[in-house]
Amino acid sequence: MKDIRLMKGNEAIAEGAIRAGCDGYFGYPITPQSEVMEYLFANKIKERTGMIVLQAESEIASIHMVYGGAACGKRVMTSSSSPGISLMQEGISFMAGTELPCLLLNVVRGGPGLGTIQPSQSDYFQTVKGGGHGDYKMIVLAPASVQEMYDFAKLGFELAFKHRIQVMVLSDGAIGQMMEKVELDEQVPRWTDAEIKAMSPWATTGKTPDRERNIITSLDLNPVKQEIININLQKKFKHIQETEVRFERIQCDDAEYLFVAYGSSARICQKAVLLGRERGIKVGLLRPITLFPYPSDELAKLAKQVKGMLSVEMSAGQMVEDVRLSVNGAVPVEHYGRLGGIMPAPDEVLNVLEQNFIKEKTYEPHTN
Amino acid sequence: MSHIPTRDEVIEPENLVYSRTCLLTDNALSYCPGCGHGTAHRLIMEVIEEMNLQADTIGVAPVGCSVLAYDFMNIDMQQAAHGRAPAVATGIKRLHPEKFVFTYQGDGDLAAIGTGETIHVCNRGENITVFFVNNGIYGMTGGQMAPTTLPGMKTATSPFGRDVETMGHPLKITELVAQLPGTYFVSRQSVHTPANVRKAKKAIEKAIQYQKLNKGLCFVEIVSNCNSGWKMTPLESNKWMEENMFPYYPLGDIKVPK
Ligand SMILES: Cc1ncc(C[n+]2csc(CCOP(=O)(O)OP(=O)(O)O)c2C)c(N)n1
Ligand code: SF4
Ligand SMILES: [Mg+2]
Repeated sequence: MKDIRLMKGNEAIAEGAIRAGCDGYFGYPITPQSEVMEYLFANKIKERTGMIVLQAESEIASIHMVYGGAACGKRVMTSSSSPGISLMQEGISFMAGTELPCLLLNVVRGGPGLGTIQPSQSDYFQTVKGGGHGDYKMIVLAPASVQEMYDFAKLGFELAFKHRIQVMVLSDGAIGQMMEKVELDEQVPRWTDAEIKAMSPWATTGKTPDRERNIITSLDLNPVKQEIININLQKKFKHIQETEVRFERIQCDDAEYLFVAYGSSARICQKAVLLGRERGIKVGLLRPITLFPYPSDELAKLAKQVKGMLSVEMSAGQMVEDVRLSVNGAVPVEHYGRLGGIMPAPDEVLNVLEQNFIKEKTYEPHTN
Repeated sequence: MSHIPTRDEVIEPENLVYSRTCLLTDNALSYCPGCGHGTAHRLIMEVIEEMNLQADTIGVAPVGCSVLAYDFMNIDMQQAAHGRAPAVATGIKRLHPEKFVFTYQGDGDLAAIGTGETIHVCNRGENITVFFVNNGIYGMTGGQMAPTTLPGMKTATSPFGRDVETMGHPLKITELVAQLPGTYFVSRQSVHTPANVRKAKKAIEKAIQYQKLNKGLCFVEIVSNCNSGWKMTPLESNKWMEENMFPYYPLGDIKVPK
């Protein structure tokens, strides 16, 4: 029998992490994601799987605890919301430099500054374009449902260890707080010490006579070597771009107009697609699931088919830059967003699409 | 060119009374001649070797002159961001409670940028060991003022001497952490004379031994010289340290198990 439960997004990712065999969670409370740590404490994970959970003194400490655990080859994670994620950028950059796998979650709230506790998508640049110092990228997964919050814990750990990279689940206050049904799967056992040694021979597990000492460091003062380290990192990101793109096409096959949206905005656009079809507009939705790697090729293909794309984000226009880079001028691309924690309504985004591409014809319809 | 004798040619086996621990690598130390960091490294590695803990040890290096400690210590090590070694060590120890976990940190690392991490790792009573090398200055970045710089002491950022009115007072962080119930053993030592080296080694032994008891954090400060940063010869710096640092940072055990 299937194990189906009604859960909040934040609870779902916590349960997902436990069942994915997570070894440790380190975090600091912040709305709208405090339920992640609360759920872990309430669910007696020590008894269930032996996973540990620790409330740190700050997000800075949390991410460096994650660093310590990840450098031992363990499956470790932290979660926070925008202001806390800003504090973590130092540690994330250090993990990028040391290629440590980990699972991170940002349940985004509106900014800048303390902003609001309402949902937003204004951390796209920070997440996808770097955030911390140095030339690095994380794999970024954008859940659009509570089920995906659950699923992306396991997927995130898999990708993190497959590529020795940080995986950020970029969620938002709406996905984190809303309740939906979730289908749970079997418990994945936590790795044994022997499994960790076999899987992650680079991990600091104590120097034994059979191997050289393991060192986890991002420092190399020799610029020639440092350049090689950076080139290798870039090769890895390129490989990830080529192999790990994930997206969902919704009513794209015959679409003349396209919404591009992720997370909560994608849910809104999904509804707008239905409304549009009722109004006789052939509109579809491309939902990027990975924000890095970005589904640029898919968008470039769709640019040959549609007359206009509307990037819908709860931001002043961040992801729209990647949409424009992907289509490279082949088709008009507009942005629509609400700011400060306001979520747009489906008819609102549909009206914007109509105004931009159909009614007012601000652009010559695209033909080729 | 005359022949330069090898180590083995110089040292007749029957004359060998002391040798370097195998837990120090063959890499040449990057420290200035006369600096205390090298001695501190040696003592810690000697004790880990004597206690047969190499396979059970995970060390955390700081940012500071000892950022490359992992080049010299023949054990598994992680390099932490500036001041974050206690958080990194917490992550390790929580997931590997059976391992011996230590941090090695300077005064800027531990008592300025990492003050929060230091206080909280002590307050949580993490079962780790902290080795704290206090030289009253930022050695690595070229001799700027540290939280531990003495009143009136000249540094690159206190060129007319530390003015406590505007620059604050030297922070006795070791006394501070000794107040916290989470610390189990707190001691302040130096490594500038043979007698002090012997005492420091005893404190290091205890701080490593006690970790097994799981009774809280063990903290050993080593008041040390930075002859380069202080702009002195090594001998002058040791004398200056005795006359100026020790009165403010008195040596000895500060907190011992009851
Ligand atoms: C975030 C950050 N800020 C500043 C620095 C520059 N920095 C490197 S070492 C150091 C001071 C180290 O002093 P201390 O901890 O006393 O070590 P020492 O070199 O004296 O042994 C500073 C400020 C850095 N590496 N990272
Ligand atoms: S700068 Fe100071 S602390 Fe650094 S190696 Fe030289 S003497 Fe030692
Ligand atoms: Mg110093």
